[in-house]
Amino acid sequence: MNWKRALIAALCVVPVVILFGYGLTRDPKDIPSPLPGHEASPFALAVFAPGQAELARAVGDSMKLNDLKGEVVVLNFWASWCLSCRDEHQILSETAKSYAGKPVHFLGVLYQDEAANGTKWIEQMGGQTYPSVLDPGARTAIDYGLYGVPETYFLDKHGKIAYKATGPVNERIIRHFVDSLMAVQEK
Amino acid sequence: MRFIRVVAALALAIVSSSADAQQSAADSTLEARTSVVASQLRCPVCQGLSIQDSPSELSQSMRAVVRDQLKAGKTPDEVKAYFISKYGEWILLEPKPHGFNILVYALPILLVASGLGVVFVAVRKWTTPTTLN
Repeated sequence: MNWKRALIAALCVVPVVILFGYGLTRDPKDIPSPLPGHEASPFALAVFAPGQAELARAVGDSMKLNDLKGEVVVLNFWASWCLSCRDEHQILSETAKSYAGKPVHFLGVLYQDEAANGTKWIEQMGGQTYPSVLDPGARTAIDYGLYGVPETYFLDKHGKIAYKATGPVNERIIRHFVDSLMAVQEK
Repeated sequence: MRFIRVVAALALAIVSSSADAQQSAADSTLEARTSVVASQLRCPVCQGLSIQDSPSELSQSMRAVVRDQLKAGKTPDEVKAYFISKYGEWILLEPKPHGFNILVYALPILLVASGLGVVFVAVRKWTTPTTLN
């Protein structure tokens, strides 16, 4: 009779253990985005941080996604209150500079923050080579299904979202995505 | 002449207050519809809270998007479809009952049914008089 009890106990416990085990293999914060492969939402956002040298845009200029068609676009959402954004700032800034003159456009989007805070933060971080824009009401952030900052979107030349990176990006990730999208263009 | 002015002022006040009342009713209806939709959408930066209940800035912005879309004439289903297209079905606090999601609805019923079964068998066993040899 004992084997029957053992079988019933096993039938109750084993599925629960399997379910917990499966849960432990997954990162609850890593929620797959439905956006890659889909058309990126258009935007027209005002520049508040101009960028440097040949990547610079005048403060107040309206950056429109439609004007960037034909180029790979790296869209980085950030904020001055975001600690992880500090980890990727210099990497993004230097990598953007290394792509100057190529059909790649880097753009920062300030998320849930004030322009003055963003400008001050950029100064403290030693400058930013590419321009940053304001996103009033986080409308563009919501259009891009943003969960938090930093998040970086890689758009192909047709204006489709190719990849989304959650958390701070490193140079290897940026170059991998940008180079692969540029290679697609060159074919 | 004075009488005409008074009548005109009164008429204007009545029309104006009526328009205000209509606007206020429309606003409260829109707020109510916004609350219904917002309470079905998950706050992306919280644990198990809807964007209606969450005080986070992102939830406030999302509620504003819901309100604007409803005001622009979209139906609640169209508003939800917009958020699903951006965040996936994860954004719905109650997943749609299809595919793997059916487990969420079926599993509790199965567990309760099996629990009742176990209780029934146990009670019957306890209450059945044992035959003495």
